Amino acid sequence: MNPRSDPRNTTTDVLALQARGLVKRYGHVTALGGADVELRAGEVLAVIGDNGAGKSTLIKCLSGAEVPDAGEIRLFGEPVRFRNPLDARDHGLETVYQNLAVAPSRDIPANLFLGRERRRPGPLGGVFRLLDKKGMREETRELLTSLGLLTIQNFSQPVETLSGGQRQGVAVARAACFGSRVIIMDEPTAALGVRESRRVLDLIREIRSRGVPVILISHDMPHVFDVADRIHVQRLGRRVALVRTSDISMPDAVALMTGALDPAELDGGSPAGTP
Amino acid sequence: MVHDTVPPTAADPPTTRPPQRGALARGQAALHTKPLLGPLTVLLLASLFFSVWVGSRFSDPLNISLIVQQVQIIGMVGIAQTLIVLTAGIDLSVGAITVLASVVMGKLAVDHGLPVPLALLLGVVVGGVCGGLNGVLVTRFRIPPFIATLGTLSVFSALTLFYSRSETIRAQDVPPLLSWPGRSINVLGTDVTYSSLMMIGCFAAVAYLLRGTAWGAHLHAVGDNREGARLSGIRTGRVLLSVYVVAGLICGLAAWFLIGRVGSVSPQAGENLNLQSITAVVIGGTSLFGGRGHVLGTLLGSLIVGVFSSGLALSGVDALWQVFTVGVLVIVAVAADQWIRKVAA
Repeated sequence: MNPRSDPRNTTTDVLALQARGLVKRYGHVTALGGADVELRAGEVLAVIGDNGAGKSTLIKCLSGAEVPDAGEIRLFGEPVRFRNPLDARDHGLETVYQNLAVAPSRDIPANLFLGRERRRPGPLGGVFRLLDKKGMREETRELLTSLGLLTIQNFSQPVETLSGGQRQGVAVARAACFGSRVIIMDEPTAALGVRESRRVLDLIREIRSRGVPVILISHDMPHVFDVADRIHVQRLGRRVALVRTSDISMPDAVALMTGALDPAELDGGSPAGTP
Repeated sequence: MVHDTVPPTAADPPTTRPPQRGALARGQAALHTKPLLGPLTVLLLASLFFSVWVGSRFSDPLNISLIVQQVQIIGMVGIAQTLIVLTAGIDLSVGAITVLASVVMGKLAVDHGLPVPLALLLGVVVGGVCGGLNGVLVTRFRIPPFIATLGTLSVFSALTLFYSRSETIRAQDVPPLLSWPGRSINVLGTDVTYSSLMMIGCFAAVAYLLRGTAWGAHLHAVGDNREGARLSGIRTGRVLLSVYVVAGLICGLAAWFLIGRVGSVSPQAGENLNLQSITAVVIGGTSLFGGRGHVLGTLLGSLIVGVFSSGLALSGVDALWQVFTVGVLVIVAVAADQWIRKVAA
């Protein structure tokens, strides 16, 4: 299914995703004022920041939902310019959006394969464009089972009749299934209960153990410190710090976010640099 | 498959919502997953009711054939309307496109002496172009479909009157090919018009496109959650534009059927098609909020209107009751849709 054979380096010195000087303005509002991003292969990078720090805009620029006004993005060293979300997906970069980007009245297989439906082999698919619904249903079952999300008995029920956690599961499964190089998750635990959140965090660790790096945007500090290898602190449209999770305390991270702590005062950390 | 390497994580106890209790709730859930159930039930009950009340004059095969003939134009235009409504839009100009296309066919063939098949083809193409114009207004200029098609309704109607000089092409001048859909063949002892059969064929074809192809899946997704569809990598503008063009082409075909049905080519024909098509779509159970519904529901919806009209006419009550009943049906259908949609928490 995944045409991109990717000789993935297991050492974490390889940069999976790198962005420099991203600028995005909406009218007079500067949402991003020269933001940098650095994601190493095989790591979970948490992006934290107060409201209005430009986290969402940053993610939109990385995932192709918005085109930045300036700056460059490199995916495994190769410069890329995503004009739309499809471009990013074609490069093996998948995003779980906060609003999940699902079609609520469609069933689970239809949502998993949304935008990349599979056709029947032979003339039925070639000439008559007939979808391979049975194949997609089978694959959905395999996928949800392998992700431990198979608590949904009936795949043909519309996604809108699922619980919030199950819907999140569908969106995460879609990214986990197709995201071969980088997966971005925007607040994946925000709407979930304790147990469902834990499962999503487990899932993030699973994805990392497969060698696919994850960018996790979250407000939830315990979750961030639970799962992230490094933390990117976004403030006023820029990255103000990039630190190893083990090198910083939770109160300091929050202080950086709010501006109460100057990144230069951080022990061992370097402002906006590589620790 | 990438996921083969993923070991199962600890599975939590099932978190699906508890099964709903009560016949009413079960019925609500069934209607939610099977949008054809409601209109099918109404059609069967209405047919049964009129068969008992009016008797054999209603259930006579000839009358059934007549009902189908009477609803075929609404049905065809209803197919186009269904496509638009599924994208959470509405098209007030479908009837105007149909009439314009029929006038183009008639004028080109009769007044300009073009070969009739070519005139027919150009008429259908004009339908597609009109639909495309609607689509460009909605996607490029971001005009809400209601307003865009309200505008083009007037524009197309005016063009029709300009081009035809408000004159009707008489039935005896209409070439046989243009009125061919109105001719009938004998199917199982009943006379059925070609256009009725072609209408059924169109319903089947569009049902296939919607259920069986990626285009149909994308159309539903755009109507369901447009921004979500875009973020999922669907080119929403392109999908929407194609939907309006296809709707226009279907109206172009409906124009041919309209000539067959009326016999002459009149710029005044099909005045009520715009609203009647919306009626058929709504009674057929397609949600005006987009994404949910079935094109075959529109066939059932138009048949329901036909059955009530015919049944009430044959029973001898005042003709105004037909109008009254259709109005009640529309309101009941939309109220039912609101109720059914509540299944989704």
